[in-house]
Formats: sequence, structure tokens, C-alpha cells
Amino acid sequence: MTVNGVHVARDVEPRQHLVDFLRYELQLTGSHVGCEHGVCGACTVRVDGKLVRGCLMLAAQADGCRIETIEGLSESGQLSHLQRAFRSENALQCGFCTPGMLLTAHALLERVARPSTPEIREAIGANYCRCTGYHAIVRAVARAAELRTGLNATDAERATADGSYIGRTVIRPQTARLVAGRGTYTDDVFLPRLAHVAFVRSPHAHARMTNINTADAKALAGVIAVVTGRELATHCDPWVGVLKNYAGMKSAPQYPLAIDKAVWMGEPVVAVVAESRALAEDGCARVEITWEPLPPVVDAEAALGPGATLIHPELGDNLVLEAKVNAGDVEAAFREADVVVRETYETGRHTVVSLEPRVVLADYAAADETLTVYHSGQAPYMLHDILSRHLRIPEHRVRVINKDVGGSFGLKIHTYPDEIATCALAVMLGRPVKFLADRIESFQTDIHSRDHRVTAEVAVRRDGTITAMRLDDLAPVGPFSMYPRSSVVESGQILRTTPGPYKLRNYAARGRVVLQNKTPMSQYRAVGHPVAALVMEAMVDRVARELNMDPVDVRRRNLLTSDMYPYSAPSGLFFEKLSHEESLDSVLALANYPSLCKERDSLRARGVYRGLGLCVFIDLTVPGAQTYGTGGARISSQDGTTIRLEPSGKLTVISSITEQGQGTDTILAQVAASMVGVAMEDVRVVTGDTMVTPYGGGTWGSRGAGIGGEATLLTGKALKENILKVAAVVLDVEALTLDVRSGQIVDARTGEARMPLSELGRIAYFRPDTLPKDFQSELTVTRHYVPRHQPLAYTNGAQLSYVEVDPDTGFVKLLGHWVAEDCGRIINPMLVDEQVRGGVAHGLGDALWEHCVYDAQGQLLTTTMMDYLVPMAAEMPDIWVSHVETPTSYSEGGFKGAGEGGVAGAPGAVLNAVNDALLPLGARITRVPITPEVVLRALGKL
Amino acid sequence: MKPAPFDYHRPTSLAETFDLLERYGDDGRILAGGQSLVPTLNMRLATPRAVIDINRLPGLAEIRATLDGLVIGALARHDEVEASALIREHAPLIAAAMPHVGHAAIRARGTFGGSLALADPAAELPACVVALDATIRVANRRGTRAIPAAEFFQGVYTTALAPGDVIIEVLIPRAEPQWRDGFDELARRNGDFALAGLAARVCLVGGAVRDARLVFFGVGNAPVRARQAEAALKAAGDVRAAQRALATELQPPGDIHGSPELRRHLAGVLLHRVVGSLLGPAS
Repeated sequence: MTVNGVHVARDVEPRQHLVDFLRYELQLTGSHVGCEHGVCGACTVRVDGKLVRGCLMLAAQADGCRIETIEGLSESGQLSHLQRAFRSENALQCGFCTPGMLLTAHALLERVARPSTPEIREAIGANYCRCTGYHAIVRAVARAAELRTGLNATDAERATADGSYIGRTVIRPQTARLVAGRGTYTDDVFLPRLAHVAFVRSPHAHARMTNINTADAKALAGVIAVVTGRELATHCDPWVGVLKNYAGMKSAPQYPLAIDKAVWMGEPVVAVVAESRALAEDGCARVEITWEPLPPVVDAEAALGPGATLIHPELGDNLVLEAKVNAGDVEAAFREADVVVRETYETGRHTVVSLEPRVVLADYAAADETLTVYHSGQAPYMLHDILSRHLRIPEHRVRVINKDVGGSFGLKIHTYPDEIATCALAVMLGRPVKFLADRIESFQTDIHSRDHRVTAEVAVRRDGTITAMRLDDLAPVGPFSMYPRSSVVESGQILRTTPGPYKLRNYAARGRVVLQNKTPMSQYRAVGHPVAALVMEAMVDRVARELNMDPVDVRRRNLLTSDMYPYSAPSGLFFEKLSHEESLDSVLALANYPSLCKERDSLRARGVYRGLGLCVFIDLTVPGAQTYGTGGARISSQDGTTIRLEPSGKLTVISSITEQGQGTDTILAQVAASMVGVAMEDVRVVTGDTMVTPYGGGTWGSRGAGIGGEATLLTGKALKENILKVAAVVLDVEALTLDVRSGQIVDARTGEARMPLSELGRIAYFRPDTLPKDFQSELTVTRHYVPRHQPLAYTNGAQLSYVEVDPDTGFVKLLGHWVAEDCGRIINPMLVDEQVRGGVAHGLGDALWEHCVYDAQGQLLTTTMMDYLVPMAAEMPDIWVSHVETPTSYSEGGFKGAGEGGVAGAPGAVLNAVNDALLPLGARITRVPITPEVVLRALGKL
Repeated sequence: MKPAPFDYHRPTSLAETFDLLERYGDDGRILAGGQSLVPTLNMRLATPRAVIDINRLPGLAEIRATLDGLVIGALARHDEVEASALIREHAPLIAAAMPHVGHAAIRARGTFGGSLALADPAAELPACVVALDATIRVANRRGTRAIPAAEFFQGVYTTALAPGDVIIEVLIPRAEPQWRDGFDELARRNGDFALAGLAARVCLVGGAVRDARLVFFGVGNAPVRARQAEAALKAAGDVRAAQRALATELQPPGDIHGSPELRRHLAGVLLHRVVGSLLGPAS
């Protein structure tokens, strides 16, 4: 065959598919593997000019064919318009889908010179992207079409006159690599003597192992080791996912491989290490386990009922935690209410489906007892600490490296037994071992979330004032509380935040977190908020219907107003300053709400059922030590940034914040460039290496800007001061009279250039002998930051969804989605927009499609991407974003978080929109996902 | 998710293919487009001893018109069928169905014969060939034979193919001018398998329904010809009557994507929409 024009002749194993051949034999790692069953499109390549799924064609079949990959198409320049447009529209975040997406878009543009939006959506609807929500990709393809047909486009904006990039849209520098297929994800790392591990996993939800026979597997050529849970436990201590700040919480010890008993379908029980993944799987097929099935605990109510099977008998029951909130006089408020509205809502189990699965490559060097771990993760120091303690390796002999990460969204901040087992196996075997979860394993073992049954009740006055709320949340979370962040935070967030945007002071809530034999649940993007906002906003719409009021008016009457801040909510939350009224106004204006209402009403008269749904939300960002630290979890809430002035005047920014596609690298560079006074292109950012960066928490909980941005701001300021000290000595003037602008030392008053930074660097580094003897330059500076003035920086926003429901089929079409988001001071508006859009897409998935379905025996039925439906481009609406800026005054930068608000409001907005559409038909829905079945049952048609 | 080991053979003649099929028996699997077989191999849901790649058998990818109708070679790829002017002219039903078959990259590899041989009850093409009264020509060591589409699909992934058989081509009778074709399906997302789908043909003479073929997919173990609904349509010329008949004759299975009731209901909606539009606004 020829690959990118080069003749290639290899013997291949018949079973190797084309994309594995390209990646592992030719080390062309630009084509990615996301599902291996032809759904996700990440492996798309061209064979004899046609787009083909590289995972659905055997390498042997490509004999004699002409193969083209992202690498070759990039080098030949065929994709340059698209690549440029993808970068300028930020149509990629993690970049993992991007090579396949580019090839798919390219094929469309070859066929249709100026495709319409629906044509673009249909074409790229073959490729899954978890990051963007597709809006930016659609725009980029349209823009590339313009570029190809001669229309011009502008690229990166330049700094403003004062040299600040803060508040400016800047194109992410690292996307240049990603659009060319030159990202380096963890599975793109090749080490000598690399071994591969696969796991035998429990086929039962709950079962005892009475015998494990590994002899056949061990005898297989190419198998290096077969290890049981009991054997591995001698190398790794178990963990318990309990946080002390949740009184009364309990869970059981969890081992990297189950011992004696498996407690969910998919739990790893035996590890097989072999020379290749395929051989490791062959070994797994030869492990014989005698299973004695136990009664599975599936339903949450039943788990708490009398006589329930106990998953961990030593705990005494299946209750992880019962938490309560009581504020004000709830009973009195309900007694005095004119109207009481009560409803029970169910939100379906959801999972993350980052396109790059979980992957870890652990290398143990016995000679110096050092463990190096390449990990697709978000919190390298957290993993570092866990590996050190549980594998009993001194902290300074562990190193965790994050290469490019293909999406994370909270998936990759947890302790997964198969990942810890992989690291322990590397130590046992003294050689590098890699584990790459395949898509079925991902569905079975990645954390799930959002499985809640919430009963809510509100007391209302006739004028629409909501005076009190009762809430009861039942949250089954799987067989263990996850470690070290636990599995109670989602329910805790629902309890604390549900009435959050509103003035009501009387609030009583109970949350019960329950063990069951399903995949463990834990924190995932927008923890608890999508459920909380859905429940609250659905209740507000119910109130509006009951009182025959406008939903907007009910909100205006009850929302916290600008004169109420700072505000302590009855559930214990503290709001420094929020902008509910402005955000609501903003989203209504953005969508031209009155005209949409008019359109809806006129179509309704013609039998077309459209609906509008609002969702006001709050969102937790910038968590301080009160989130995990006080619970005893060793997760840093402080972060640090080092900035080094290089001799040439460039900056190297080294931060403990990590990058998974959000653009944290870029915003840190923007802040550093702005604070020091250099151009963006003179800054490079290093993250994700615990041997290199300052200590810190990484990226989760929308903390990159609020904590990492502030740490970088403080570092940049300090470095600038140090630079000016050197300049003052060299120029023999007062430092106060100088400034740094555009890479030059200038006179602060006149702006006159005095010396380029490269000259300053030359003197400071190479000719310090020319400086006074008592002067030492300090051109590498580190500063740290942790929020201290409030436990969390709450943000807020409002969303509006416009849908059409087909009452015959039950299908819901998303017509448009609008978001007003207030994340404080904005560093890069384009990146905030894209965080919001990507988040909305996750929420729309919650609303309509995504659902981990189990049968009564605890068997997960949705283990492929044909069964677990993620949002694809053809069904997604355009998503429009506006901004309200309410900076926090507790930090110098004023930055809060932007990563999760998009998710928080989307399901509630869609549910309200669907119910608005169904209103004339007398139907109401109280659950997500809103499938055709759900709609038709609500309509009484099934 | 890597396949179990297998031998790979790429015969260049039918004779060689028959040899291999004989040699491996049930342990040999024919690989055509591979868009269903390869994921099944990847997931180890199938672990054949040998994969027999027929993609390079000569002469099986042709689409041609004959006096009797249209011949579609078993190895014609979906994108070739989709782009074929002959198909559009002589088998508009298939042309209408093609855009619903997976996505472009799937259609670039998947084959017409492969889709029929797989016999996925939710797939579009089996329903189309049943609606079109097509004939499936099959070869084995002893010769060739023709199997009417109506007899070909026997159950979930089950066909009238016997061990050693290879689909050669599909014959679609020449379209007669009175027949109108309609196709639609309801899938959760573009490119997904349908919750319910309908390949419909109606013979209209002087505004009256002289004959009809209503073949549903995604609502049974195989393509389902709704004979009672067809009869109701012919008798009354009335879509509502056909819908009522359909509701009693369909017995769809349920799965995570939809209950039997949902699939039955959606089939009725499709009947109304597709046949309604074929009969024109008057009905």
C-alpha cells in the first residue's frame, strides 16, 4: 500500500484493523481510536480517495490501496483552509476528534463548494465531538468554504494599546499542532519493552468468585503475567472514598482488583499483561472463574428496604449518607401557602464519553525505584499522591505526566481500580505497562452520574411568591463511594443549590446516597447543578401554570435582586454578587424572546407544537479547601505558576493548572503576557508534569481561570517588578520610572523604548559581572494562590431553549439554544463561548438522549455508542451566548469559572420547553432523557 | 476490544471461495464491506477461525439494467448504489433509502449483498428488496439459484443462505409506471438504525389503489410485510383503515431503544405519512 504517498510493505496480523496498523506499526498517531465499532469517526482516513472508518477495515484489506491520513493531508496543504478556520473559530478543544472531523469536512467541501448549515451538520454528524457542541465546527466549515472560494478571514487579534490580552479573543497556540494531527495523547507515547494489560471483568452485578484458574492464560505465548486481586493486594493498599466533612458518611475499602466478590458488572477481577493488547485479551478469554451469583441490589428504594441484600455487610446497611438541610420555618410557610405544588423528577444515569478513553502508561525503573506515569488526567498531583501512598513509593520517586488529554469533563479526576492496578503491575514487573480502556470498558467502568429521583414541593402565594421548598433526593451511586472525592457531592450539591437563585428563606431538604450494584457514580461536569436547576426551574414553570402567570414574571418576582448581595442562602451558600436579573434580561434579548413567543403561538394555532423553556441557574466555580481539603482528601486547592524570563526575552510559564482542551494554556499565557508586558507569541506554557510544575490541584471545578489565572497574574506582576529592578540597575534610573511594554523596557511616562527584554536577559544571565556586586537578578518567579474569602465563587446565568415536539412520533427537535453566562471577568471571550457551548451540548445530551440503562439484574445494556446515544451535529441546535460580567472583588483578576454553567441550565431549559410545547395537549413530562417513548406515554398514545 | 485471532483469505475466484467455505464450514465468515462484521470481530462477538475476504472477487460490483429489470452486484458499495443513475431511474425506492444507511464513511465500504446477507431486522435494504419483489441470486459449489426476497429473510440475522452459499447479485424487476414508491424511517439520530421504517409501494390505477406492498423494518425479526394493512388499503383505499389493520398485525420486539408499543405506534405514523403522501393530498 501507499500511505501518504510513501510505499509501505509490512506483514500484518490478520486481526489488526487499519487504524491500529497506522498508529502502532507506522506510528502515524494522528488518526485516533474512539470506539472501534464505527460510530465515533475519530479513526476516519481516506482509502483510495474515499472516507473510511479505520477501525472497520482490516489492515490486510488495504493491501495495494492508497491511504491518506491527517499527517499527509496536512503536509500537502489540502486541509489548510479548514485547519485555519478550525483554529480561528476554536472549532476544536481537546483535538481528539479533529483529524477525523477535518477529513469529513474536507470530503464535504470537495463535493459541495458552499454547503448550507444543514448540509454541514449532516456531513459532520458522522463524527462525534464531546467538547464543542458542534456550533463552532459548523461555523468553521462554512468559513473554510469562504476561504476556499476566495473570501478573506481575519486571524488572531492583536493586543490592545495598553498591551493587555485580558478580555481579548486570542487563538489558542496549541491548536496548530492539534489540527495537523500532531497532538501527543497518552496512547501516542511509545516506550521500549512496553507491555499491555487487559482485565477480566465481572459479568455479574453481584457475585462471589469461588475459584480462579489462570493456568491456561499463563501458558499462552506472549502473556507476561496473570495477576489476581489477592496477589495484587500485596503491592497496593486499598482505599476508602469517605470525606470527613460529610458527617456520618461511610463506604467500604476498594481494591484495584476485586477479591472474592465482584460488586458491579465490569469490575476488574484479574489482570492479564501481554506483549500486545490483543494477546492480553486472548489471555483474558482463557481465565476461568467460577461465579456464584448473589442477589443484585439495583433499585435505590429497595436497597434501603427491610431485608435488602447488603453489598458490604460490615457497613450494616446500604446507606452511604443521609444529609439534611433545615432553614427557616418551612411548616408555617406551607400552612400559609395559597398554592402548593409538588412533583417528582427523575434524571437518567449519564456518563462522560470523552472521546479519548481513560489511558495510563506506567513505567517503573527498579534501579532507582522510580515510577513514571503518563496519564490522561486532570489532576496529576492528586494521582501522584495516591500512587505514592497506596503503592508505598516515596513521594519524590513518583512522577505523573499529562500529555495531551482528549477530553475529561470530570471523568479523569477519580481513582479507577484498573488504572491503579496498571501502575502496581508496572512496579511488580519492572517494565512499562499500558492500559487503554476500550469503549465497552469505558461504559462499564468510567464514572456515571446524575441518577436521581427528586421530590420537590413549593409553597406559593397567590402573587407568585415562592415562600418555601421541601426537597427529597434519592441518589443510588454504585457499590463504592469513589476515592478520593467521594460519591456524595452530587447529592450534596442538589441539596444546597436547588433553590439557589431564589429569595425563599424556608427550606428543608433531605438527601440519601445509597449503595447499589451498578457502575460507581461520582462527580462529572457541573456536579449536581443540572439536576438541581431542572427540578427548581420545572417547579417555577409549574407555579406559573398553576397561577396562570408568565414564567418570566414568576422568575422576576422570586430571583435574588442586585441589592441583596453579599447574600447568605438558607442552604448555607454564600453569594458574593450574582447577576440574575441582568442575565435573564440578556438571554431574553439575545433570543428576541417576544418574537419567539409570537412565532410559537401562531404555529400552535396551525397544529405545530413548539415550546420555549427558561432555566435560571447558579454554578459552583473556584472551589477552595472547604470542598475536599477539610474532608481529609489530599487534593490541593491552591495552585502555583512559575514564570521564567528567558535570555531572549521570551516567557516560559509553568503552571500546576492542566489543559484538556478548554484553553487553560492560552488564558494563562494571556494573563502572563499581559502582566509582564510581552506579546502572546513570546510565551510558552508548560503544564502537566509533577516533576516540573509547582504543586497544585489541576483543572476541575472550573478553577483554571479563578485560581490558576490569579496565581499567574500574581507571578507575572512579581516577575515584572523583578525585571524592572534589573532594568533600573542597568539603566541607572528608578524602577518606578520604567515599564515593560511589548517586550521592551520603556519609559513609563513617555513610552520611549529604553532596552529590549532580550538585552536585559543577556546582561542578567550572561554578563551579571557588569551589575553591582550586591545585586542579584531574580528572573524566575513563582507565586501561589488559593481563594480564602469565600469557599466557592458562585456564578450564574440563564438559558432558553426553543423546541418543536412532534406529537405523532414523540420526537423533539431542538430549534435553538441561548445562554447568558456570568463568569466574572472574562479573559478570552471566544474560549468562554466555547466552554458554554460545549457544556450546553452535555446538558442537551442529558435532556434528550444519554442514558445508561440497566436491566433488573444490574446488567448494563448500553455498552456501545449505538446504544448510549451522544449528541451528534445533525440533531444539535445553534447555541448563542451572551455575557454579563460580574468580577469577584476577592481576587485581583476578578476571574471566576466558566466550564460548567453551560451544562447546568440546559436540561431544565429543554424540559421546560418540551412541557411548554405539550401544554395545549395537556401532557407534562417529569423526567429526562425525554425520549419519544416518554413523550408518547405522556400524551397517552402508548 | 481486539478481535480473536483468525486466518485471513482473499480468494480471487468463486471457485476458490467455495473451497474456503467448504474447508472452514461454520468457522469461516465471509467479509464483504465489513461494516457490521468487523465491529462484531472487534468485540469478539464473532470468533471465526477464518475470515474470507471476497472484496476482490471479479465482476460482482456491477449495477446494470437488463430487459427484465435491474441487476445490483453483491459487492456494489452503498455509495455507488446511492450515486447510480440507473438505481434512481429503475429503483427509486432504493435511491430513497440509501441516504438513511449509516453515514458516508460507512456507505463507502458497506455492500448491497452484505446488507442482505447480514439480515439485520432494522436495516433498510432488506425491506426494500422485499417491497420490490426482488430476487437474490446465490451461488455455491453446485451452481446458482434464485431466492425470492420474500423467502430470503427468515429471522434476526437469519436468511435462506445455506452453508457454502455466496450472494452473487440481486435482480429487481423492471419498474412499472403505475407504481409509486415511498420510503421513510424514524431514527433517534441521523444515521442510526431506525425505531421503525417503511418501504412502501402503491399501484395506483385511476386514483384507486390496485395493489400495495408495505414492508416495515425495525418492527420484527425480519422485514415485515403488512399484508392486512395492504389488504385494507386495497379494499378501502383508506390509510386510516390500513393503520387499524397494521396495529393488529405487527408484533414488534422491544429493546432499550423502544418498546413494542412504541415501535408499533411509529409504524402506524409512518404508514400514514408515507402512504398518505403517495396517495396524494386527497386521501
